Amino acid sequence: MGRYVIRRLLQMIPVFIGATLLIFLMVHVMGDPIAGLCGERQCDPATESRLRQEFGLDRPVWQQYMTYMGHVFSGDFGTAFNGQKVIELMASAFPVTLRLTLVAVAFELVVGVVLGVLTGLRRGRPVDTSVLLLTLVVIAVPTFVTGLLAQLVFGVTWRIVQPSVSYTAPLGELILPGLVLASVSLAYVTRLTRTSVAENARSDYVRTAVAKGLPRHRVITRHLLRNSLIPVVTFIGTDIGALMGGAIVTERIFNIHGVGFQLYQGILRQNTQTVVGFVTVLVIVFLLANLLVDLVYAVLDPRIRYA
Amino acid sequence: MLLDVRDLRVEFRTRDGVARAVNGVSYAVDAGETLAVLGESGSGKSVAAQAVMGILDTPPGRITGGEVLFRGRDLLRLKEERRRRIRGAEMAMIFQDALSALNPVLDVGSQLGEMFVVHRGMSRGQARARAVELMDRVGIPAARERAGDYPHQFSGGMRQRVMIAMALALEPALIIADEPTTALDVTVQAQVMELLARLRRELDMALILITHDLGVVAEAADRIAVMYAGRIVETAPVHAVHRAAAHPYTRALLDSVPRLDRKGRELYAIRGLPPNPLRVPPGCAFHPRCPVARDICRTDEPPLYEAGEGRRSACHFWRETLDG
Amino acid sequence: MPEPQCARPRSVAVEAVAVAAAATPDGGAAPGHGAAPEPGAAPQRRSAGSDGGAPTGKPRGLWSDAWHDLLRNPVFVVSALVIVFLVVISVWPSLIASRNPLSCDLALAQEGSRPGHPFGFNGQGCDVYTRTVHGARTSVVVGVLASLGVALTGSVLGALAGFHGGAWDAVLSRITDVFFAIPVVLGGLVLLSLVAGTTVWPVIGFMVLLGWPQISRIARGSVITVKQNDYVQAARALGASPARIMLRHILPNAVAPVIVVATIALGTFIALEATLSYLGVGLRPPAVSWGIDISDASPYIRNSPHMLLWPAGALAVTVLAFIMLGDAVRDALDPKLR
Repeated sequence: MGRYVIRRLLQMIPVFIGATLLIFLMVHVMGDPIAGLCGERQCDPATESRLRQEFGLDRPVWQQYMTYMGHVFSGDFGTAFNGQKVIELMASAFPVTLRLTLVAVAFELVVGVVLGVLTGLRRGRPVDTSVLLLTLVVIAVPTFVTGLLAQLVFGVTWRIVQPSVSYTAPLGELILPGLVLASVSLAYVTRLTRTSVAENARSDYVRTAVAKGLPRHRVITRHLLRNSLIPVVTFIGTDIGALMGGAIVTERIFNIHGVGFQLYQGILRQNTQTVVGFVTVLVIVFLLANLLVDLVYAVLDPRIRYA
Repeated sequence: MLLDVRDLRVEFRTRDGVARAVNGVSYAVDAGETLAVLGESGSGKSVAAQAVMGILDTPPGRITGGEVLFRGRDLLRLKEERRRRIRGAEMAMIFQDALSALNPVLDVGSQLGEMFVVHRGMSRGQARARAVELMDRVGIPAARERAGDYPHQFSGGMRQRVMIAMALALEPALIIADEPTTALDVTVQAQVMELLARLRRELDMALILITHDLGVVAEAADRIAVMYAGRIVETAPVHAVHRAAAHPYTRALLDSVPRLDRKGRELYAIRGLPPNPLRVPPGCAFHPRCPVARDICRTDEPPLYEAGEGRRSACHFWRETLDG
Repeated sequence: MPEPQCARPRSVAVEAVAVAAAATPDGGAAPGHGAAPEPGAAPQRRSAGSDGGAPTGKPRGLWSDAWHDLLRNPVFVVSALVIVFLVVISVWPSLIASRNPLSCDLALAQEGSRPGHPFGFNGQGCDVYTRTVHGARTSVVVGVLASLGVALTGSVLGALAGFHGGAWDAVLSRITDVFFAIPVVLGGLVLLSLVAGTTVWPVIGFMVLLGWPQISRIARGSVITVKQNDYVQAARALGASPARIMLRHILPNAVAPVIVVATIALGTFIALEATLSYLGVGLRPPAVSWGIDISDASPYIRNSPHMLLWPAGALAVTVLAFIMLGDAVRDALDPKLR
């Protein structure tokens, strides 16, 4: 188990370097890193050369990357377009997006797993077919359309919720955006759970459990679900990182000032410090979520633990 | 009579049609008796056992007729809750592949102990102690320590011992063993079979042994029932069968014994293949492969004729076969 | 997350493949999901259990059998018909919409439907019906080309890694991990904001760049599974060359999961193009795209929802058709899931 964790941690290092380097290259080589630094205006030549030197842009790219990472690990993510420290932007943006993501994950866990178990146990019945069809529709409608429609229906027509979220983004206002953010994954969790449950329901060990004379609820909870939910938990865990990075669209629709919002601003204003900084943190979150999933997986499945 | 199966019928609905996997099967087992059910893959021997045990997958399977009298009660007419209490406690089953038949994410101790918790209302601690006793009894070394291990950590033979322990846990009156040694190495097969036979004697249980291995039958069984295409073609005391068969199919099986060196080759002497369950030949289902078949076999389905010595044969020419 | 999942049931893995494949922007930022497929994802025919299962009919090959199943599956027939229709109107949009999608009359802005203009007009007074019909071409071209590119790149790299193993495989696995760690919408925003353009090529290029690792992982797993089969070992023992083993014995048997995932991914690429266009970094006007039209219509959604609903509906139907097609193909290739 200890060796397993260490191996996983070691495997994360090249992925972290690769992913951050890739983003760093994309932003620095293809874009102009100082374009956004003088606010909306073009920099004058003197300032530009001073800035180039200050940021070490005259040096090779790999050195720039090393310098940047050195700064990052000492907590310095640089300055955003409006003179604010990127780290301050993060301090305000990440809690908001984290809350949004948690709402989304809660929907996946509760609604997705329950629907998946219900349909998996009733494979081929009307409930199953209708839920399955519904999940396909949810998957097929892009999130930005779902979001716009949800905003129109719940926020404008029925006035159940505020159509846009206030600056502090309290949990109550994040329920609808969280559902929108979760929608596609929710459909996948449902389908994945359903397949997994249906598959395991026909397995030999479930047949054994029935042959042992166990009551139906015990067969389902103790034998069937324990096995079926392993891939589902894995999926949801991995999804945490993906949701946080993918919240751009949802945050834009509901005017949520989270990670996606800041990133979008950073990209529009070509502010490299903001973009690279936020992406670096997102990559770290993604990797940590993956590590967590691996650990949970090992706890749930002894075949991994003792491998 | 402990178990009396009468005219049992099971169908599978598939997209290509209805398969009559079990087509009017009757057999009986006395308390303490061992009945071997013999047949090729697809003969319906396992499906019939699953129907008796009440673990048939429905759908696609469906029991369309017959009775399963166990200690005088027709199990097919019992409520599911009553039936559940019988499963595991009064009749238990041993499966072929213990690796897939045991739950991969629970340790064997709790899987064994579960029997006592559910059927006897014991506490987890008591159940655990009984589980260790059981593991000891089926010859698993260091039982106390190994009770916390998971199925994948055991060897094939040890896993099958766990399976046997689980079936014996509540000392049922009847055990159904579905090819209990097929998945094991040859050397281990004998040990496991010996263990099963010994414990059956000690606890005086009846055993239905489903197999395609005549060697196993000779050593363990009192009587045999031979199945072909969802029907019983011959039943007889085991000593009588070893002298002579009253059905050409049984005879072909016996003739193929010397070749019984590998699974899948035992029917070397029988020409042709077992019939597709969707298209069972009319008349005697065995006639396309039968060396003595005549016109009547192609049209008239043979009944089970009384053939003396406690034998029954579903062959129009059983007398001829017995003599020849 | 590579090795540890080998213990999962096979078809769950196949579903996970589809999940990873179809995850769309926002909410499921594909292709980054680690709900990883593993060497075991290859759908394989197997006959019903020895004695316990339902009997099978007369044996057919995997492909002809799958085809036979597909023709009897209404989901496949309906989605295939929708797709054929889409392809036809994207090649010859004038068949059903003769007007020019770029000729607009501001005086008609936001007007509702009227004779000759069943879907009404958009914010610039363009005919929504004409623009919706002409928008199909962009979506189909992006979807088809991006999937082809991803499928080719991914399967070549993945198959080589699975076939050769060793260092090549280790390096490729780490590279795919790197790509999985970058959320796809985010990558699109960063990359495409730098490459302004009104053609579909930057969008397609980006999709291939970020999409190949997903297919490569599946192809790798599939090749590894097939490689272990006895007939491949036999061919090797008989002295067949590696190229021959790969092309004649492994590829035909390993390609099924790739096809399934690529089909489902096609639908999600279409959705991704629309999402990127909505964010302003995909296609830009005067290109005609459902994403642009939806984006343009979103400020007016309260008063004139028709401007948004028609292109959004067309988009949803298109994506749905491809996902359902992929689903049907997967079911046909893996009968155990039924």
